[in-house]
Amino acid sequence: MPTQELSYRDALRMALVEEIDRDQNVFVMGEDIGRYQGTFRVTEGLFQKYNVEQNDWRIIDTPIVEPGFTGIAIGAAMTGLRPVVEMMTMSFSILALDQIINHAAKIHYMTGGQSTVPMVIRGPGGAAKQLSAQHSHSLEGWYAHCPGLKVVAPATPQDAYSMFKQAVRDDNPVIFTENPGLYTIKGEVTTGPDVLQPFGKAQVLREGKDLSLVAYSRMVHVCLEVADRLAEEGISAEVVDVRSLLPLDTETIYQSVRKTNRAIVVYEDWKSGGFGAEIASRISEDCFDDLDAPVGRVGGLNVPMPYSRVLELECIPNADDVMAAVRKLG
Amino acid sequence: MQEVRGSSPLSSTTLFSIFFADACLRVAVLILNLSLGPHACKLAPPMETSQRDEQFYRSMVRMRAVETELLALSSAGQLRGSLHLAQGQEALPAGAGAALRKDDYVTATYRGHGYVLAKGGPLLPIIAEILGKAAGLGGGKGGKMHLFDLEYGILGTNGIVGAAVGTAAGAAWAAQLQKTDRVALTVCGDGALNQGHVSECMNMAVLYQLPLIILCENNLYSEMTPLSRSHGDVNLAGRAAGFGLNTAQIDGNDPEAVYQVMSEAVNRARTGGGPTFIEAATYRTIGHYQADSGIGYRTAEEVEAWRAKSPLDHWAAKLGKRAPAIAAEEQAAVRAVFEEAWALPGPDPLAAGTQVFA
Repeated sequence: MPTQELSYRDALRMALVEEIDRDQNVFVMGEDIGRYQGTFRVTEGLFQKYNVEQNDWRIIDTPIVEPGFTGIAIGAAMTGLRPVVEMMTMSFSILALDQIINHAAKIHYMTGGQSTVPMVIRGPGGAAKQLSAQHSHSLEGWYAHCPGLKVVAPATPQDAYSMFKQAVRDDNPVIFTENPGLYTIKGEVTTGPDVLQPFGKAQVLREGKDLSLVAYSRMVHVCLEVADRLAEEGISAEVVDVRSLLPLDTETIYQSVRKTNRAIVVYEDWKSGGFGAEIASRISEDCFDDLDAPVGRVGGLNVPMPYSRVLELECIPNADDVMAAVRKLG
Repeated sequence: MQEVRGSSPLSSTTLFSIFFADACLRVAVLILNLSLGPHACKLAPPMETSQRDEQFYRSMVRMRAVETELLALSSAGQLRGSLHLAQGQEALPAGAGAALRKDDYVTATYRGHGYVLAKGGPLLPIIAEILGKAAGLGGGKGGKMHLFDLEYGILGTNGIVGAAVGTAAGAAWAAQLQKTDRVALTVCGDGALNQGHVSECMNMAVLYQLPLIILCENNLYSEMTPLSRSHGDVNLAGRAAGFGLNTAQIDGNDPEAVYQVMSEAVNRARTGGGPTFIEAATYRTIGHYQADSGIGYRTAEEVEAWRAKSPLDHWAAKLGKRAPAIAAEEQAAVRAVFEEAWALPGPDPLAAGTQVFA
């Protein structure tokens, strides 16, 4: 299968184009995604390619109305289409919570399995640079709290590609969160019609024996940096990329912890009540006898995201914060 | 899909349009059949007035019989949870249901079981769901406020005021994108007009010229609060007109009027004429839910005055001596379904953990 170097953003776009071409029921809707080509440029060129050149209206600019277009996407998903909804930032999906949680997540269950809601809600989630308090949320933990949604947060261009294709083909509503700090990272991506990454499979990105660093999305890269620094000190850290929060692959996480006997969970979301707390709790519950130290947690500062870059950086976990947590483990 | 700015002229239903809607429909069918072939646009075959009279009465009697059974069970403590009855409003589902095809879509409110019945699906799975049985539409997981019957286009009654409008708009969107001539009906109350989501959807329905009909049951109370204390402007059709929808204001206690204006709106939607908002004046002659007497925020005199306008009684009078036999037949059929449904087994407790994901 072909392999090429792609940015995370380009990998996403390639996957989106392939799925639009593969299935006539796939369409994309969101704010300024068409003529303007998207604020984070994931849909760059698509309006021209489909709507203009092929007169195939798959790329739909919507009014600024998150609950409205999410509701429309749900109704369309129930009646045969596969909408891909872009949230300009995931922070704006808060406006559409009733549609996402009361409807998309519950309809398959409430109908006794009669109806599926195959749709993807995707967009940048987490802090970018100085987008301040209302545009910097990490909401994946909220969504992973809700039965009926699938929630994924890929960290690499390969997963951006293969998990996105999976998301479009999934018969459930999928929350697909892309940390804005990841769009420009590059990596080798194997592409092809059926290069899919099934959900609920964590991956070990770096093997180690002394300590497990468990993370998802951009924090995976922070953990890889920490692993490099620890290696210089002769400490061997394993990095587990959770990548799928719901369903969650606890077995891969547990296998790592059983090997290293120490674990730190790292996440950008507010530390208190974030999804990292759920992972830490599961490890403590199910691997208690394997642990040589309490499970550590490094999370975002429990404050609204401040604007000033100096203050913002104080709130987002970095390698120094994780190193400090490693020291604390003893 | 083209984005078209809505510029539809306002139309209000007048006596003229009531008398001539049937004729217009027939002409439209003829023209479409001639120009596009017999299967290109399948409008519901027009019924004779006398046939409709009986159908409306049957539909309304059936709905009332179902509600009578449910109220008895609820009063006896044998049916738990919120029970939102629609006594006095039966003309709306009866008239609207008759104007739709089986493959058209419907979403409605938590008081919307009448529309589920009127869409024509079998009664047993509906009643079984309301009673929480395994053989119910949702296997006992949806319940009274969440009735879905995908085979008959029922995309859900809904527990969130106004939220079902989006689902119907989405179904209308899909119908348009898939180049079918299906339409979507969404039923909401007067209270829903204050929900932002309804305004959002009205705007998009016009923007995208969706084949959507919003039937607003204006029963003068948003749950227990009168229109005058919840709406800055009580002209609900006026709000819709402001968004550019076709609008009509009708007597919602007259099933024939509902049928006529619905047929007009359905025809418009099927043939690319865009969305319609219908404000139907009606009244709930029973409490908002089982724990509400319906009196206190309303005077007994007001309720009695509207009870005198009961569509059921009027249609019984219209059918004359045929009415009692029809009513008895429908009531017996409903009674039999309740007995059958009541005897059905409940769900396996372990089913609670299934069907979370497709």
